[in-house]
Amino acid sequence: MSKPRDVLLDPLFNKNPIGLQILGICSALAVTSKLETVVVMALAVIFVISGSNVSVSLIRNQVPSSIRIIVEITIIATLVIIVDQFLKAYAFGISKQLSVFVGLIITNCIVLGRAEAFAMKNPPGLSFLDGVGNGLGYSIVLLIVAFFRELLGAGKLLGFTILPSTNEGGWYLPNGLMLLPPSAFFIIGLLIWALRSWKTDQIEEEN
Amino acid sequence: MEHYLSLLIRSIFIENMALAFFLGMCTFLAVSKKVDTAIGLGVAVIVVQTITVPANNLIYQFLLKEGALEWLGMADSNLTFIGLICYIGVIAAMVQILEMVLDRFFPSLYNSLGIFLPLITVNCAILGGSLFMVERDYNFAESVTFGFGSGAGWALALVALAGIREKMKYADVPAGLRGLGITFMITGLMAMAFMAFSFNGQDDDYYKPGCPHIYGHSHDAGGPHPGCQVLADPAR
Amino acid sequence: MSRDSTGKVLTVAFVLCVICSILVSAAAVGLSERQERNKAEEKKRNILQAAGFYEADVPINAQFSKIETRIVDLQTGEFTSDFDAANFDSRSAARDPETSYRISPDLDLAGIKTRSRYKDIYLVMDGGELQQLILPVHGKGLWSTMYGFISLANDFTTVNGFAFYEHGETPGLGGEIDNPGWKKQWQGKKIYDEAGETRIKVLKGMVDKNAQNAVYQADGLAGATLTARGVGDLLKYWMGDNGYKPFIARLKTTGVKQ
Repeated sequence: MSKPRDVLLDPLFNKNPIGLQILGICSALAVTSKLETVVVMALAVIFVISGSNVSVSLIRNQVPSSIRIIVEITIIATLVIIVDQFLKAYAFGISKQLSVFVGLIITNCIVLGRAEAFAMKNPPGLSFLDGVGNGLGYSIVLLIVAFFRELLGAGKLLGFTILPSTNEGGWYLPNGLMLLPPSAFFIIGLLIWALRSWKTDQIEEEN
Repeated sequence: MEHYLSLLIRSIFIENMALAFFLGMCTFLAVSKKVDTAIGLGVAVIVVQTITVPANNLIYQFLLKEGALEWLGMADSNLTFIGLICYIGVIAAMVQILEMVLDRFFPSLYNSLGIFLPLITVNCAILGGSLFMVERDYNFAESVTFGFGSGAGWALALVALAGIREKMKYADVPAGLRGLGITFMITGLMAMAFMAFSFNGQDDDYYKPGCPHIYGHSHDAGGPHPGCQVLADPAR
Repeated sequence: MSRDSTGKVLTVAFVLCVICSILVSAAAVGLSERQERNKAEEKKRNILQAAGFYEADVPINAQFSKIETRIVDLQTGEFTSDFDAANFDSRSAARDPETSYRISPDLDLAGIKTRSRYKDIYLVMDGGELQQLILPVHGKGLWSTMYGFISLANDFTTVNGFAFYEHGETPGLGGEIDNPGWKKQWQGKKIYDEAGETRIKVLKGMVDKNAQNAVYQADGLAGATLTARGVGDLLKYWMGDNGYKPFIARLKTTGVKQ
């Protein structure tokens, strides 16, 4: 039986959903050009993933296996619609910037992946921690990527100017590639390289 | 007919779901180790996409759209807020049916796809396809074309990446970068290459040699350039 | 009852549907008023911002008192009183075959397929004199339809402000159409030349300030060529012969009287 602490903290570095399990990358590419949107996105994902883990775990003994995926998806979609509606009502500006990507949390494979792989087999408390942990692991990668993309791409962090760009009379010439999606691939690739140089047991065998 | 052909070409190459819109990345990266598996998954995605986009189109047209329930006497209904759950429901049901069919008739393919078959459900390319269909207000025939085209484009990119990764086996990659890391890099490069598609596919005066405004260096000294105007303004 | 029996499947599916639909509709219905208010205020705020006298700490409705809403028949360019200006919604009008007009594909620069034959326009009045004219425009970007307002000075060709209030473009790329710096550059641009031709366009890079035509050109968006092109095309459409041009021509000769 795994310890609650490990369940919460393992997904951060040891079993990072993006770094090791290749899950949830689409939204990582789409929203990471700005730190602000990432923070809101991360909170939304943590809410959805922990909420869905708890709900799935609560009903795990009742759900017939033939319809389990559609049940999980329905729960996730419900949570996402609720998040979407709340953002539209209370954080209108940000929700406008996130646009379709809040909806695409439904298709963030981390959420379904955790529901299927963890919550179906574990009690609600542990599942909650697992959800929060995986949400955080996802958020950390997103925050790092967004940090570099916003800093190098626009010379700003959270909208505040750090490197004054030449457009606005400063010295920094923003790297436009950083705002384009391919840069997110390169940064995540480098990040994985760094992570695996640190945690050498994650290196993949040559096959 | 020409309209549908151009929509098909556009959805396969120019607006490639994986490489131009970065949708469906998780499965894209995970199931691209072998060309055989990639082809299997590619076909599955094409099938699911070709069925779900038109199905969701019907749901949108006749149930959800603002005023769509007029035939029930509820002219000012607007159910678009439950759109997401309907589309994903249709997708999940389709995938589960496909899973049963594969399990029954193609067990080897079923086993090699493993967990990634259920994960087609959460493949953003599939949901993205339906959302695009709604956003662009496609009619039924257009959604069939678009569904097939976007699925085929995604499958094409997947098989191409799998091909590159098979060759990469012979490369000496630094230990920490091996596997996932280098795959990200390759995908990044493929994505950059495909961006060229999405720009060159458009008729636009910026890209025509000899035209004034190439990359913002405006040497426009007396009215529009004759050769460019034709392309720039189709209305004339 | 065993876990995989048909009865169980149906029960679970039914219960789940009921619970989820209650949650979703509760959220949608409970929050819709706030969302609508956000949207309405956002629209007025955008009109005010396009006009260039938005103040953050004054109630929006008070600021809006200088602005008069009118409905225009785009075909004839005349004002019409067939609709209630306060509640007119050109988006639902664009969907209603009675009030809409199908744009032929070769003229459809903005990529919108149909448009309402009537549009709500906003007159900024001061002492009975028209100061600014605010026009709603929309068209396709990369991902989404972009909705915005353009405000013209009373020569009906110089731009006072141009801003989008609704779009689904990529945050950080196409989403930069919301960037204050980018919006500001529109100030002073001209839509039409002396001959009345629609000349405004959006470039791929920066405008060369010394170029002869710089006044008809706007900066593009880094990394968002398709969004920037969408902006240029929708302006070309709405400010052209099939858009507001007939209305503007009439306004020049007859003024703002009904």
